[in-house]
Amino acid sequence: MISRRDFLQASVAASAIYGVSGYGNWSKLAAQQVLTQDDLLQFDTFGNVTLMHITDIHAQLKPIWFREPEINLGIGAVNGLPPHVTGQDFLDLYKIQPGSPEAYALTYTDFTSLAKTYGKMGGMDRVATVINAIRADRPDALLLDGGDTWHGSYTCYQTQGQDVVNVMNALKPDAMTFHWEFTLGSDRVHEILAGLPFDALAQNIFDAEWDEPSENFKPYEFYERGGTKIAVIGQAFPYMPIANPGWMFPEYSFGIRDQRMQEMVDEVRGMGAELVVCLSHNGFDVDRAMASKVSGIDVILTGHTHDAIPEPLVVGDTILIASGSNGKFVSRVDLDVRDGKMMGFRHKLIPIFSDVITPDAEVSALIDEQRAPFKDQLEEVIGQTDSLLYRRGNFNGTWDDLICDALLEEREADIAMSPGVRWGPSILPGEDITREDLWNVTSMTYPNAYRSEMTGEFIHTIVEDVADNLFNPDPYYQQGGDMVRLGGMGYKIDVSKPIGERITDMVLLKTGESIDPAKTYVVAGWASVNEGTEGPPIWDVVESYLKRKGPIQLEPNTSVKVTGA
Amino acid sequence: MQLTRRGAIALGAGFAASLALPLRATAATEDAIAAFTGGAEVGEGGLSLTTPEIAENGNTVPISVDAPGAASILVLASGNPTPGVATFNFGPLAASQAASTRIRLAGTQDVIAIAKMADGSFVRAANTVKVTIGGCGG
Repeated sequence: MISRRDFLQASVAASAIYGVSGYGNWSKLAAQQVLTQDDLLQFDTFGNVTLMHITDIHAQLKPIWFREPEINLGIGAVNGLPPHVTGQDFLDLYKIQPGSPEAYALTYTDFTSLAKTYGKMGGMDRVATVINAIRADRPDALLLDGGDTWHGSYTCYQTQGQDVVNVMNALKPDAMTFHWEFTLGSDRVHEILAGLPFDALAQNIFDAEWDEPSENFKPYEFYERGGTKIAVIGQAFPYMPIANPGWMFPEYSFGIRDQRMQEMVDEVRGMGAELVVCLSHNGFDVDRAMASKVSGIDVILTGHTHDAIPEPLVVGDTILIASGSNGKFVSRVDLDVRDGKMMGFRHKLIPIFSDVITPDAEVSALIDEQRAPFKDQLEEVIGQTDSLLYRRGNFNGTWDDLICDALLEEREADIAMSPGVRWGPSILPGEDITREDLWNVTSMTYPNAYRSEMTGEFIHTIVEDVADNLFNPDPYYQQGGDMVRLGGMGYKIDVSKPIGERITDMVLLKTGESIDPAKTYVVAGWASVNEGTEGPPIWDVVESYLKRKGPIQLEPNTSVKVTGA
Repeated sequence: MQLTRRGAIALGAGFAASLALPLRATAATEDAIAAFTGGAEVGEGGLSLTTPEIAENGNTVPISVDAPGAASILVLASGNPTPGVATFNFGPLAASQAASTRIRLAGTQDVIAIAKMADGSFVRAANTVKVTIGGCGG
């Protein structure tokens, strides 16, 4: 009998890359001489089954800059555990050289300088090359897409997701699960599903009227690969009608529904499944909690919280894989499945360095074909930035500082609110901002920038509520995402406190006065989940601001004081 | 403009308001439990209460209870102004001792179920159901 531990052979893909050191003082050319496609793809084929996982692409078909978070706090039992480890701590934990390609791919540290050294990441044509190479090695490898795919760009919005659907279909996934896809509206989702050449899986999508499993999504599907009967169970984002506008898909109810997950695992095991894979959009902490409650899942392919973790995390007999976002990574997981048991695994988080991996010509052409009708719109320069623009982080990022500044000025508000979403690529200092760049961080089907009056007490209620969605010690009560970004207002937060007690010292920045619970403030924001929200789309608000302002310079944002972490 | 916690009013084009603070169990909840159990000791186990962790709509929250062998099951929304939801009674010929319904919750609170078993003993189960404004997903 071979123990699972003997086979625990996780590795960072980029550990195949040798001898890189120093802090981003390499020229791009030198970097390219060190990094080769073969290094990135090197993998000693293992066992009899291969899984390929991509997730949270957010319609990013072309290579992008994407700065990973500086602050990603874990509350309660997960404090200090991955993915709640960032920067130097992350490098130490995974023994990654500062300034190396993997440091650039996986952390925020020295981002601008390393970005110039190693180039953009992602691009679905590069992802196609990696997938094809793995398929050349193991032709029956399964390709699984964790969702948040048909959302997040100018062309995706204009084509209602068709551009991404066309490109993804060319990659030939075997199955997919869902989240932002539903913000296309259920009619459009049904239309795409009708022609989808692969399986749409989710055990937790229910009919809202009857509270019964929806007939439009299969809970699981079987795949016979490497002589092994594999069951893939889908798990869509559990809090869709709460975190996104439920009125756009009123027929559906979601939820974690881990009891049904257990029933599905037992059912597929009863039907002879030798390997059970959960393709999940729960978010990492929810998946980690679910893995400890539901028994019999071998692999959870996690999504939603955009974490890239270079080694699988093991919970009991379940391994959790986190494959990042925006096309930055592809996970390859080779498994040895014998006698109905997963005996061991070998894993590689493959970073998609766009200057190193040759684009697949066919998919490249297909991407350009989707973009061609919108070329002029996409490429139009609407501003410049002298500061690094990024979004990720629990409390604020410069992209949202810019969006909040635009809301305050263009909408003449006291306070601005920008949603704490985790999608949205970065822009380097000195770069032009094109319309495509702006839409990459704002594109959605409920973009209206409202202007509303709220009391200080109500603003406090909102900030407390969002904080609890992020910092509730029980992951099942978290929705993923980050804190709502506030412009024009500062506050203190003690993340260790319960709801109602975390947020104190709210201050109106323009006067320095404390926020008065009884006083009314003008608040501008966007991405309201309420039906009938009025106002111009956020991209128009920001574009007009950018054109008026000239080059953007942002000071470090110190308006949020964090304690209790 | 005054917004009371109880108000739960949607404000303009902004966010839908809801109750942020968990509602504490009211004295009426304790009274209802005492009336059901007659003050008897209440144990645990043998009763499953299924609720969503976060309500998609606080006005209609699906819940279900299941206690094999129970004679009756009391369901309470401990933070509602009127906590009583339902008492399900099962006759001797009932094939199963389970029930589902939808309830309205005034805010984040514990939903409590108490089953009276055939031997006259009592068991309890409780889940927190969060009613939220809604964050913004990843």
